[in-house]
Amino acid sequence: MSRLESALADLRLADTLASRDTALSRLDPRAKIVTTIAFLFAVVSYERHTVVALLPFLLYPVALASMGEVPWRWLARKLALAAPFAVLMGIANPVLDRTPMEVSQGVTMAGGWISFGSILLRFALTVTAALAVVAGTGMHALCAGLAALGTPRVFTAQLLFLWRYTFVLGGEGARMATAREARGGRGSPTLAVYGSLAGHLLLRAFERAERIYRAMLARGFDGEIRSVRTLRWSPRDTVFVAGWVAFFIAARAVYLPLVLGRLLTGFGG
Amino acid sequence: MHMADALLSPAVGGVMWVASAATLAVCARKVSARSEDRLVPLMGVLGAFVFAAQMINFAIPGTGSSGHLGGGLLLAILLGPSAAFLVIASVLTVQALFFADGGLLALGANLFNMGVLPCFVAYPLLYRPLAPAGSSRARVGFAAVVAAVGALLLGATGVVLQTVASGISSLPSGPFLALMLPIHLAIGLAEGLATAALVLFLAKARPDLVASPVPVRRRSLAGLAVAAALVAGVLSWFASPRPDGLEWSIAHAAGTAELKAPESGVHGSLALVQATTALLPDYDMPAAKVALEEESPWPEVNAGKSFAGLVGALATLALVVAAGFALGRRR
Repeated sequence: MSRLESALADLRLADTLASRDTALSRLDPRAKIVTTIAFLFAVVSYERHTVVALLPFLLYPVALASMGEVPWRWLARKLALAAPFAVLMGIANPVLDRTPMEVSQGVTMAGGWISFGSILLRFALTVTAALAVVAGTGMHALCAGLAALGTPRVFTAQLLFLWRYTFVLGGEGARMATAREARGGRGSPTLAVYGSLAGHLLLRAFERAERIYRAMLARGFDGEIRSVRTLRWSPRDTVFVAGWVAFFIAARAVYLPLVLGRLLTGFGG
Repeated sequence: MHMADALLSPAVGGVMWVASAATLAVCARKVSARSEDRLVPLMGVLGAFVFAAQMINFAIPGTGSSGHLGGGLLLAILLGPSAAFLVIASVLTVQALFFADGGLLALGANLFNMGVLPCFVAYPLLYRPLAPAGSSRARVGFAAVVAAVGALLLGATGVVLQTVASGISSLPSGPFLALMLPIHLAIGLAEGLATAALVLFLAKARPDLVASPVPVRRRSLAGLAVAAALVAGVLSWFASPRPDGLEWSIAHAAGTAELKAPESGVHGSLALVQATTALLPDYDMPAAKVALEEESPWPEVNAGKSFAGLVGALATLALVVAAGFALGRRR
């Protein structure tokens, strides 16, 4: 159950981070969504043995985290928690793909290790960028941005409801589990106990939904969810989107680390 | 079960996004058209329930391990497929955003594997026919387990197809499938037991809530068939221009198997799994020949270029770190 509690604490922390006034949170959510999507496509568009050419893209998550004052430790912990799947899916590459590849003067590596490294780097890039954007935007602004970009209203309303009631129902679930433990329940409950435990939580969910519905009716709900949040697109947002997209295109077109390396070492080309 | 950005090619990720976004748009329109106001808070709260319930584990009898609810099938039983898809999509979106489960580009694939498949395939084609209205408790429980297993196996197959079509991971489809399906059979059983336990509990405590399931109309089944055919077509379209990549990786797998002792090592056991399951029995021999003829696809590397590349890589990292510090200080 500590899992549920820690997940809730994590969500609350992300929300707290997003509620601060930072250079990142002041940007229009649409700008951040569009730029991040461009970033994701740029990163995953590389050939599977690419490692070095991906390095310049680290600048985006690093800049986001700095602009949003997102704690590095938090990012690293989230990254580590999400890592097992990427590692699991990539770890077979070194075994299956043993084509030797020259990585540097006289140094060869199995192609599988290089593609494994590429998977890990892609994973780190995409995950940190997404987390930094979320921690620098917050759920409400994000949903407003998604709605403005054409996501169906029913879905953004659903996301906000889910967000609001996850804390309520999650807290209820955590309290139920605590109550079970206080009465001597150890380990995972049996299926019969689980059915009753989660079933009661489900009943409470239905009852709560009914109460919320009545409260909404009392406040004039007519089936439509309205948002008071207005989005304002400023020149700063244009600069943000245009600047980053230009950088992604440049990094995709030019092998930046190689250019830099040639400048530094004097090797021609 | 979550597909990850790192394993997706933009083409596959984009196609799955389009498929899932289209499903989302259709479901949103259907739910709005139902104009049941009380559905709005109910969907939100049930999403929160699924979110919380996914983190409550229960002991799987006789194994010492534990399982938890996935939620897609339960939501479809309680809300009908369209509303259920919106709810599970919101849960997966929050997980992708806040827990980095899968990632944003992979969200399309994940919505498809864990939303579209349980709500629009397993629910109408397995659960409803097996447990029509007025079924006995045993029958409802059985239908829930079968449908959950079906949904999980389909989802696992989806992950394999998307991974192989993307070609980032070297895993060949046969052994990968042989690895994924038994695992997801077990997960599906756990999910089915949890779903059955909850539906049966609800049927006892509040029969009114489960007594009137949303009728599945022929039209939505027809739409589903079209969607399934479309997706299958699109997926095979991605698979067919790519036999090289697939053959290439299998060729390497088979090649090493012949040079080294085939009975030992991870590769040997993977090959053994493939041989015993015989999903793709005739891939080995011709592929092994290809391996001998084929050169490494890596472009010619000259020493100067790779040294410059190495220095450049380190310099890039240094610059990124410096930029991070610079931006961080400029508060």
